[in-house]
Amino acid sequence: MKAPAIQFDDVTLAYRRHPAVHHLSGTFEPGSLTAIVGPNGAGKSTLIKAIIGAIRVDEGRIHVRDIDPRDIAYLPQQSELDRSFPMEVLDLVSMGLWRRVGPLRRIDGEHLDRAVEALAAVGLKDFERRAIGTLSGGQMQRVLFARMLLQDARILLLDEPFTAIDSRTTADLLELVQRWHGEGRTVVAVLHDLEIVRREMPNTLLLAREPVAWGPTAEALTAENLLLARQMSEATLEGAPVCRRAAA
Amino acid sequence: MSLYELVVEPFVSYGFMRRALIGCVALSLGSVPLGVLLIIRRMSLMGDAMAHAILPGAAVAFLFAGLSLWTMTIGGVVAGLTVALLAGLVSRMTPLREDASFAAFYLISLGLGVLLVSTRGSNVDIMHVLFGTVLALDDGSILLIAIVTSLTINVLAIIYRLLVAECFNPDFLRNVGGAGRAVHLVFLTLVVLNLVSGFQALGTLMVVGIMMLPAAAARFWSETIPGQFIVGVVIGIGSSLAGLLVSYHAHLPSSPAIILGAGTAYAISVLVGPRGSFLSQALHLPHLQR
Repeated sequence: MKAPAIQFDDVTLAYRRHPAVHHLSGTFEPGSLTAIVGPNGAGKSTLIKAIIGAIRVDEGRIHVRDIDPRDIAYLPQQSELDRSFPMEVLDLVSMGLWRRVGPLRRIDGEHLDRAVEALAAVGLKDFERRAIGTLSGGQMQRVLFARMLLQDARILLLDEPFTAIDSRTTADLLELVQRWHGEGRTVVAVLHDLEIVRREMPNTLLLAREPVAWGPTAEALTAENLLLARQMSEATLEGAPVCRRAAA
Repeated sequence: MSLYELVVEPFVSYGFMRRALIGCVALSLGSVPLGVLLIIRRMSLMGDAMAHAILPGAAVAFLFAGLSLWTMTIGGVVAGLTVALLAGLVSRMTPLREDASFAAFYLISLGLGVLLVSTRGSNVDIMHVLFGTVLALDDGSILLIAIVTSLTINVLAIIYRLLVAECFNPDFLRNVGGAGRAVHLVFLTLVVLNLVSGFQALGTLMVVGIMMLPAAAARFWSETIPGQFIVGVVIGIGSSLAGLLVSYHAHLPSSPAIILGAGTAYAISVLVGPRGSFLSQALHLPHLQR
């Protein structure tokens, strides 16, 4: 599978009118597996949302060349989803068929078989008719991964996929992430657990509203860079004057 | 009194009862699914706000054309959509959330509406607009309700998957190229159309009841949206039937009787429905038993 790259050209993003990411340039290489790491409020989720077009790019450009937007799959933070929503597991997973069925075409038996297979692949056989409100956090995350499996996208963006998830589920889902990487897909994941990042992710973008380091994980996640990221994050004031680089 | 005399005879004997029942059944078929979706979208009070918002449009039409169904309908739709668009615009351009900007605009709209009606209409006219005349539905009113209900069911079928995706996971819909804002606007238009078509039958205030009460009750009976549509519509139709019969036999006003019928169904659902009611929660706590 030939996956496209995601390229940032001096990108600045604002979230609810507050600057969240400043002057980011660089590339998620085709077929790469990259972690985005940084303190709370560092702009990690904002960056992911900007790639899918949910947040406007204030300055600069994000290039995702030669790709249908539906070829990007996005896994949201669980906190963004209403778990009381009256929906069965199979309906949620079937959203992953959107590229094939769109908003109007009928979901036929073959489609449903694929959805059931995707559920089995994440260890949720026979969960099809369960209401999503009855699932544990780990089970819900498995369902969202099954939806991503069905999307069969060349770029996969995961926003905190292992936050508040039990270790068994994390290990199972990490296997899926590695499988996607092995298939040549471009995978980007916002992560907090540095141990997982060091063990599983070949590349890391360390973000603290500005890029602190971007490259092989061992080189990016040094003690100095992590300290710098924390200091930069703590030093950022909401009422800061206009960025000198932007004003120059 | 036999069961026939109690339930069937009023509808066999009187055309106005048959018309009222047909109007309310049609209203339930279109409005209740919208109510279910409003609740799921956490916009339960939006129906109420919109019902108030259509008042000045209907009032302006009334000032120009008197009690004309079609003119008041157009006026109501224009006023409702204007409030929806302005509230949406303010919430997108400012930090004020959509529910707050809706509240602001509908209050302004309601004030304007009452002022306009009071400059020329009598109290009887205002009561007509606010509380409806379900026992005096003419052909035009029934036709309007039928058209709006047909339109609602068909449009909902077309945009259903988009609506669900937009509500549950808007970023997903944006990602796969769905037009979230357009879907939201179409949905609000359907809400306005149903409220406007219903105000002739039940009145602007009561029509929200037939939209929201069966929908709220349905949440206690089903864990899927299609399931809630079906349960809600059945409750809506049942409440209409019960309300009309109570109003007929006890000589009570019909619109409040229908709404109180739906209210009774809601109360029963909260108490004994199988999904999350007081009873179901009590039965699912075996560790408290000894």
